[in-house]
Amino acid sequence: MSYPEKYRYSKSHEWLLLEGNTATVGITDYAQGSLGDIVFVELPKIGQEIQAGSTFGSVESVKAVSDLYSPVTGTVSAINEALNDAPETINSAANDTWIIKLDVKSADEAGALLSAADYEKFVAEETGH
Amino acid sequence: MTDSTATLVPAALNRTALNAVHRNHKAKMVDFGGWDMPVQYRGLIEEHMAVRTGVGVFDVSHMGDIQLRGPNSLAAVQKLLMNDASKLQIGQAHYTAMLYPNGTFVDDLILHKLSENDYLLVINAGTREKDVQWVRQAIGSMRGVHVTNVSDYYTQIAIQGPKAAATLQKLTDVDLAPIKNYWFTWGKVCGLYSVLIARTGYTGEDGFEIYVPSDEPTSARVWAEVLAAGEEFGMMPCGLGARNTLRLESAMALYGHEISDSLNVFEANLGRYCKIGREPGGAADFIGRDALLEVQKNGGPTKRLVGLEMVERGIGRDGYPVFSLDGERIGEITSGSPAPFLKKNIALAYVPIAFIEVGTEVAVEIRGQRVKAQVVPTPFYKRPKVGSPVITAPLS
Repeated sequence: MSYPEKYRYSKSHEWLLLEGNTATVGITDYAQGSLGDIVFVELPKIGQEIQAGSTFGSVESVKAVSDLYSPVTGTVSAINEALNDAPETINSAANDTWIIKLDVKSADEAGALLSAADYEKFVAEETGH
Repeated sequence: MTDSTATLVPAALNRTALNAVHRNHKAKMVDFGGWDMPVQYRGLIEEHMAVRTGVGVFDVSHMGDIQLRGPNSLAAVQKLLMNDASKLQIGQAHYTAMLYPNGTFVDDLILHKLSENDYLLVINAGTREKDVQWVRQAIGSMRGVHVTNVSDYYTQIAIQGPKAAATLQKLTDVDLAPIKNYWFTWGKVCGLYSVLIARTGYTGEDGFEIYVPSDEPTSARVWAEVLAAGEEFGMMPCGLGARNTLRLESAMALYGHEISDSLNVFEANLGRYCKIGREPGGAADFIGRDALLEVQKNGGPTKRLVGLEMVERGIGRDGYPVFSLDGERIGEITSGSPAPFLKKNIALAYVPIAFIEVGTEVAVEIRGQRVKAQVVPTPFYKRPKVGSPVITAPLS
């Protein structure tokens, strides 16, 4: 499991990279590991407005469905359509595989997310290891 | 997470003799019907594919085993089970089920005829206690039959896949080639005498299930030797996740999903294993027969299990509702999943008789959205018929 320092993390296991007012969102290495083989990603539409904490899609493995929650409020500016054909990329490279990009108005929400170290601690507590 | 063997398991969960072995493999463990079992080791899809193209090994020791012995054991089995056990020869097994008087399921099982007056019933894990209780209740008053719950005597290991025979052959002096599908024998396996070796399984693939003594050292040693023997064929230890997708591709029923105490034999599309007309006029009726005759008399079941394949993008899963194209709720998916080998999204579902014809279009509601699916023939997957004499598996 690796959690890059440059990302911020949500307790619902998404990572976020804020560059200017563009937020790039993916799911964490821990999330892909607990889901198992990912076979389907449901993406939102470009232009859709999303509130922080609301669902913007889902990720499905053979066994399970998991909702995707947006760590911040914003408007979808891009979706990773390559995931329609190759959802398993998330398993092989969760940190390098973005799912959506959002235009955000304020950096405050991103600032409130967890650092890599805090996220790692959170996962350790949640799994009891 | 350095020492997974140190993870505490709630005392309430049952463990097989291979539990520590699974934890050493770093398997992901789940509570399955009260059993602490591996759901996957390295990955569900990899494990599934190993069984379809090479060989995989499963710990299925959580399955229960009931032995019926005594001069009246055939009569007891005939009363208890819907198939016709009088047709079995020594060394032969078949798929059958125990029914309630109303024709619904206590459980499905594999019946083995060990010898005259000696039968072994291999039952589901989650229904073990209930089944044993039912057997005692249903035939306990019969004379000349002795019921023994032998579930804890065996570690049951399933070796499944086109390379299963080649793998197991390395570990036994029994010639496996003549053992036909759903037949069994006894022989030396991994140095152990008189191991029950059955050409059975729950994957839709060729394979064997072996029953070895359930002490931990013996179980662990046999498991390791099986893995080593299969290494050249790419053998993988496989968890319940792959076991479920393999049986679903082969459209085999799972208790609590396709069959239950509220579904009858005809609804579950298992009429071919139900010998309703056996011994015409005879006294050896099986429990549930009268209710099923009544269903037949009244024109058959009103709903039936069918195979669905998703036509539009989406995965229908267990419990998702099924609608007609004009929007009426008509049924429910009992098991649904991506099919790793077929690379389609498949499901088993109950629908009214008007919708069972192959090609019928329906809609599955996936989290609020209606997604088109189509009735397709089952099994979804049928293994290629190559090699030794063609034998049709009872479930294909």
